[in-house]
Amino acid sequence: MNAIIPNSLQSAALRTSYLDIENVWKAYGNFVALRDISLSIQQGEFICFLGPSGCGKTTLLRAIAGLDPQSRGSIRQAGRDISNLPASQRDYGIVFQSYALFPNLTVAANIAFGLENTGRPWDEIKSRVKELLELVGLPDKALSYPSQLSGGQQQRIALARAIAINPGLLLLDEPLSALDAKVRVHLRHEIKELQRKLQVTTIMVTHDQEEALAMADRIVVMNHGVIEQVGTPIDVYRHPASLFVANFIGETNRIKAHFSRGIVTIGRTLLETTVTGFADEADVTVAVRPEDILPHARGHEQLAQPNHLPVTITAMEFLGSFWRVHLRSTELGGTPLVANFSMNAVRRFSLAEGEDLTVELPADRVLVFPAAR
Amino acid sequence: MAVTEWIPSGRETRLRMDGDGLIKRGFMLVIALYLIVTLALPLYTMLSKSFVTYSFDLSEFELQVSDASGANFGPAVSLVDLNTRSGRFTPQDMKTNSDGRMAVAELLPDFSFRSPVRYRMRAVDDRGTWLVGLDRVSSRDWLEYDSNTLRRITLRPVPSYGIQNYVSYFSNPALFQSIWNSLFIAVVSTALTVPFAFGFAYALHRSCMPFKGAMKLIATMPILVPSLLPGIALIYLFGNQGLLKDLLMGQSIYGPLGIVIGSVFFTFPHALIIISTALAIADQRHYEAAESLRASRWRTFWTVTVPGARYGLISAMFVTFTLVVTDFGLPKVIGGQFSVLAIDIYKQVIGQQNFEMGAVVSVVLLVPAILAFFVDRQVQKKQVSLLSARAVPFEPKPNRRFDALCLAWCGLIAAFILTMMGVCQLAAVVKFWPYDMSLTLGNFAFNKMDGGGWTAYWNSIWLSALTAVAGTAIVFCGAYMVEKTDGFRLGRSLFQFLAMLPMAIPGMVLGLAYIFFFNNPDNPLHGLYGTMAILVISTVTHFYTVGHLTALTALKQIDAEFEPVAASMRQPFYRLFARVTVPICLPSILDIMIYLFVNAMTTVSAMVFLYSTHTALASIAVLNMDDAGDIAPAAAMGMMIFYTNVAARLLHALVSRRLLASTQAWRTR
Repeated sequence: MNAIIPNSLQSAALRTSYLDIENVWKAYGNFVALRDISLSIQQGEFICFLGPSGCGKTTLLRAIAGLDPQSRGSIRQAGRDISNLPASQRDYGIVFQSYALFPNLTVAANIAFGLENTGRPWDEIKSRVKELLELVGLPDKALSYPSQLSGGQQQRIALARAIAINPGLLLLDEPLSALDAKVRVHLRHEIKELQRKLQVTTIMVTHDQEEALAMADRIVVMNHGVIEQVGTPIDVYRHPASLFVANFIGETNRIKAHFSRGIVTIGRTLLETTVTGFADEADVTVAVRPEDILPHARGHEQLAQPNHLPVTITAMEFLGSFWRVHLRSTELGGTPLVANFSMNAVRRFSLAEGEDLTVELPADRVLVFPAAR
Repeated sequence: MAVTEWIPSGRETRLRMDGDGLIKRGFMLVIALYLIVTLALPLYTMLSKSFVTYSFDLSEFELQVSDASGANFGPAVSLVDLNTRSGRFTPQDMKTNSDGRMAVAELLPDFSFRSPVRYRMRAVDDRGTWLVGLDRVSSRDWLEYDSNTLRRITLRPVPSYGIQNYVSYFSNPALFQSIWNSLFIAVVSTALTVPFAFGFAYALHRSCMPFKGAMKLIATMPILVPSLLPGIALIYLFGNQGLLKDLLMGQSIYGPLGIVIGSVFFTFPHALIIISTALAIADQRHYEAAESLRASRWRTFWTVTVPGARYGLISAMFVTFTLVVTDFGLPKVIGGQFSVLAIDIYKQVIGQQNFEMGAVVSVVLLVPAILAFFVDRQVQKKQVSLLSARAVPFEPKPNRRFDALCLAWCGLIAAFILTMMGVCQLAAVVKFWPYDMSLTLGNFAFNKMDGGGWTAYWNSIWLSALTAVAGTAIVFCGAYMVEKTDGFRLGRSLFQFLAMLPMAIPGMVLGLAYIFFFNNPDNPLHGLYGTMAILVISTVTHFYTVGHLTALTALKQIDAEFEPVAASMRQPFYRLFARVTVPICLPSILDIMIYLFVNAMTTVSAMVFLYSTHTALASIAVLNMDDAGDIAPAAAMGMMIFYTNVAARLLHALVSRRLLASTQAWRTR
């Protein structure tokens, strides 16, 4: 598993933390948008704030940027307390969803905007603009106006403008949301590359879990103004800390179950799991991802083994590289189950709609949470 | 769930103020101060004046009269007793205005200024003051005067506060009648103008009639002339020597008839612009839906068009109503004996020097104006929400009969406007209408007439240019600070209120308020009185709101993230303002400029109280020449204003196009 984790993270423990958010609250009148948020971000990390709209991720970003100060709590950047500093005295570059490029200035003038008026000689500004344009792959657009560029190109210019002054922190507020799907995938790769090259600490706000999984070193999953989980993409996907996280990141089947004397039961099926720590006789919810459900054998087995569930295939959808199979089981009552089966598995078991099947819910892939209300 | 949620106690985090924040707040404070000094304080002064009554208080003074030798003084007598004895003044005579004076000698029946009798006078308390000539005297000790000096002693009235002025206003049938007269002409004019304008706007937006551009140009012509001008045109057409006098069948044009026709003329473009805007936002899809449901044209009109434009219609009604009810020029020129509120203010102040009663009429005039203003604001707010970004603009399809009908309707209205303008133009260049119609430029020899001559014209140009430049700068900066400052919410909404207020204040009221405020010798700004500066200030303030709203609309369209981006680059806001905000808003800035210029050229109402002999204005000259019977020169001066405004409009169009071409290249893809 270590091989997959970026190197930058393995050495994270050795580095000092760059941005420290401590007990931050934000209230708008009676509405509490952030409750007791604490978070440490390492130098050079790429962090994603992920969550549904209204979860507080943008509020947190704006507090870090000094645009909408937090109500309580403190924020430290590079050892400096910035809690009370106005935006102009903090050290960051920012890219908004709207790009916010100055429409009446050329691309070059947009990028140069933050460099001028700082005592830099003109030659230096010029070569810096050129360098940045090359960095974002648009060296020939210097004299164009923003409206003459495509959305993706505009976003790259906004990025170049944000990093022009070498900020210590790069803030990206849903930078890809306004783009179409193809451009989005392409650009997220580029942004990640750029960030790796510059080693600039980056925080990106997004509601797109795929984006977060693909780009982030660590993901901060938020909901209702609290942090649900902080972890690497693999962490939050494999070991979601809550049912919300399991649901929000990737897909998951939710099954009502019962926990009694260390054993989980679904209907009459016993489930071996790796979890402990529930009160005896508690209702629980079992979560299992579609790709983790394994086809075990055709037909229903007579002798029920732990973790094996008799099901019937109600529908099958062909999704190119795999099949999405809808299952129903008497053990589950009315709740349907969704599984992703590989092409090979479907062929091996000659699966078809209406067939009976026994599936396995592997013990190390089954997650158990307190019952969803 | 309106449950107050728990959050830890402690102080709300506040960002330290940076340079930008300080400068922005400072700027806003300065402009707010400007509005307070030039609007709120004068209005407050006027309002308080309307509650002041002045009367002579004789009980404050005592007099001793000597015998013929001038040495032996009789007993001290109160002036009240003296008056009772002589019966000289009735209680009614005790009421006066702030400028009233009472000669003490009048109280002594056998007074002669040549007699050797001497007098002693004193006040019974510290409030009592009297004038010896122009010198103010206040003394509780006896002061001795000879009879020649006593002749020059006058008493000043003392103010008291209450609703006495209002009581006498409402119990004066002549003044009270003016309220009904004002409402009557305003309602009738509105009832005519709005349907005319709606028809015109409907034809422009919903038909394929030819000459739309020309029609639009003609329809906006009345904006470019003072409201007096249609009055003058009507005099030439229907007055005592009018060409078409017989058409009226014995009715007189001097009175409500003339005012209503003239009001329709000068309010038409205002109503048209508002209704046009409302019709322009129509969504093609609604009409397609109606068509697919097989609704008739008539039914579609009543179920789609009219409801869609309803806010525009209501707004146009209130704007027209307010314009008519507060207009001063037209009733002055063609009102005859028909008195309206605006005229009453003028008469009370200029004619009778009764400033307090003028203030009362002003307050009365404020009531409908403010009511209309608030209703209009509510309606405008709703109008905005009707706009949807995804609306498909309506495109009319040709229909020969309907287009011909539209052309006829617009043609009639255009003919009306052109006739009025044409008559003035003709009157300005003929020798003696209607007897000697040979052409002359003699009417333009303004220096030979009363009213200020050509100096007045150049003053107007100067005033308009100053108003356009200074006003635009103030208005735009103010709007920027309101729109682009974060936090400081109370201050911002207060500022917003101040900026909206001028729209509700009629010009006459503003002018009178300025007299009260700036003509007070105790006011440190007293020096402004009678200068060009006060004319510029009052004009900027009078027309502040429309410019403010134009600027706000433009600023709201700018991405709100520009300021955060600039701040993150540690650039001061004024750099962003100069390099991005102003260039982007340039078209709107030019629009505010031309609006202020044109209005400064044509406005009469506030100016009539504020101009001095050195600062006579073209529009005032029209009024005064008309008053003096020089109607042809008045028409000529009116046309000069028209030519100037046309030239200004052309210049505006030219500059806009040039600037757009050179600085707004980014707008084209």
